[in-house]
Amino acid sequence: MQVKKKLSFFVPDSENTPELPFFGGIKAGFPSPAADFEGDTISLDKVLVKNHLATFYAKADGTSMIGAGIDDGDIMVIDRSLEPSDNKIAVCYIDGEFTVKRIKTEKDCIYLMPENADFQPIKVTEDNELIVWGIVTYVIKSV
Amino acid sequence: MYALVDCNNFYASCERVFQPQLNGKPIVILSNNDGCIISRSDEAKALGIPMGAPEFQVRQELKEKNILVFSSNYPLYGDLSNRVMKILEGFTPHVEPYSIDEAFLNFDGFKSDFDFNDYGLQMKRRIMKWISIPVSIGFAETKALSKVANKIARKFPNQTKGVYVIDTEEKRIKALKWTKIEDVWGIGFRLKKKMKTKGINTAYDFTLPQYENFIKTIMGVTGLRLKSELEGKSVLTLDDPTEDKKSIAITRMFKTKLSNFDEIKERVSTFAAVCAEKLRKQHSCCHSIIVMLIKDKHHKNDGSRIYFSQMETLPFASNSSLTISNAAISILKKVYQEGERYSKAGVIVTGIIPENQKQFHLFEEENPKHLKLMKVIDKFHAKTGERKIRLGNQDLQHTWKMKQEHLSPKYTTDFKEIIKVKCR
Repeated sequence: MQVKKKLSFFVPDSENTPELPFFGGIKAGFPSPAADFEGDTISLDKVLVKNHLATFYAKADGTSMIGAGIDDGDIMVIDRSLEPSDNKIAVCYIDGEFTVKRIKTEKDCIYLMPENADFQPIKVTEDNELIVWGIVTYVIKSV
Repeated sequence: MYALVDCNNFYASCERVFQPQLNGKPIVILSNNDGCIISRSDEAKALGIPMGAPEFQVRQELKEKNILVFSSNYPLYGDLSNRVMKILEGFTPHVEPYSIDEAFLNFDGFKSDFDFNDYGLQMKRRIMKWISIPVSIGFAETKALSKVANKIARKFPNQTKGVYVIDTEEKRIKALKWTKIEDVWGIGFRLKKKMKTKGINTAYDFTLPQYENFIKTIMGVTGLRLKSELEGKSVLTLDDPTEDKKSIAITRMFKTKLSNFDEIKERVSTFAAVCAEKLRKQHSCCHSIIVMLIKDKHHKNDGSRIYFSQMETLPFASNSSLTISNAAISILKKVYQEGERYSKAGVIVTGIIPENQKQFHLFEEENPKHLKLMKVIDKFHAKTGERKIRLGNQDLQHTWKMKQEHLSPKYTTDFKEIIKVKCR
């Protein structure tokens, strides 16, 4: 004799209902004039990060770039997909250390320029090992 | 056309992203708990450090040869792995992550005269520039051949620049003759021995007609599929990466051998909670729970069995940490023996179904409060990045304590640990 199967119920999936935009508490009558202007909220991520796959963050340690608005303890947004060029601020790896400087290209050499009179520019010669690790695109600071 | 993209010495390469001073230096990465060597830079390989060696056995040698040692930093490797996969998606929409450091790519719809070699070099350059991870890429008409091509790219970096395309019959045969049978995808140690005694020494031998019956006998249809693949006839397609896992297992060696029931219970409960968390992450539930317990084989060694496990099926599918943990503990009570010493335990959940296909049970059903509670816990953990909320039978002190004496910072996943750059 075949045993009758037990009844099975399926739980409705209340988890995956699509989220619909919610237009205030108006049930009837004149619709909210603001409804037409509802959209995304502001995302700092979208503004500060153009290419999230190539973006990393770093903390500034020191005062050599205060003229460029990078203070001690600020957080820098670094986009590694950008090409280095004259006048860009870059995170560079030189002679075994990371440093942030403004790139200055001369005819036959490159300078890493601080933005603080107390510091000396670094002249990059053939003897130095230089990696331009990424370009600083934004600085986040607390005030 | 398929491609296999493989990250060179992936974990070692990850450590170098934020520490370029390690470039050119011999480094090794240790497994969880600083147990064994699981990744070596080329320089460490050249110094003869074997893969898989237990750390304590080679400690002296590592020191003498000035090889730098790192604990595994999975948050960092996971983030960089994701970035590699996403960058590859910029080249073709068909990307199948095969492991943390490997992906198969498919190029259906590309023109037959498309320059894949150049495309591969572009991929390699972009991954290097954006995230400093070196990769090798092999292109071919089938997945198995793309593995072969990848090996050639990796083995001959000067000639290939890290990219190799098998696109002619001549190249295919040359590549197969060069490939040792044990390096063929899916040929493990056991099969290698059988093949060698038959006289199959290379991938090319494997494709010869006289061995077809032999391969069919010992490998079945898998072997014949592999043969077709090596012959350039594609039979394996890309797996759907969105397909969920069929079972989830958490098994760990104990830091010290345990005999006390409460101590083992604490571990098993924690493993169960992690399994439940993984289930929730992929939006599924499990029906069955297996608990396994392994005795310390050096203790009271009388040759009796050391592996104990039992399965229990839940009356309803669940992904609640509470339900799964309770079931795991009730199984543990059955397999645990007083007075024995154990070295390892594990929790495996199977019978996995999507959360939304859960069947209602007439009389027995999970307390609906679980669902809400789990949601809150998951949210909190996602925010803090740590498993701070635990069940009562989990020890608050006993964290997921791993021996990690050489751990690098979580540069990309924890704001507190981002790299500091000097402005001096």
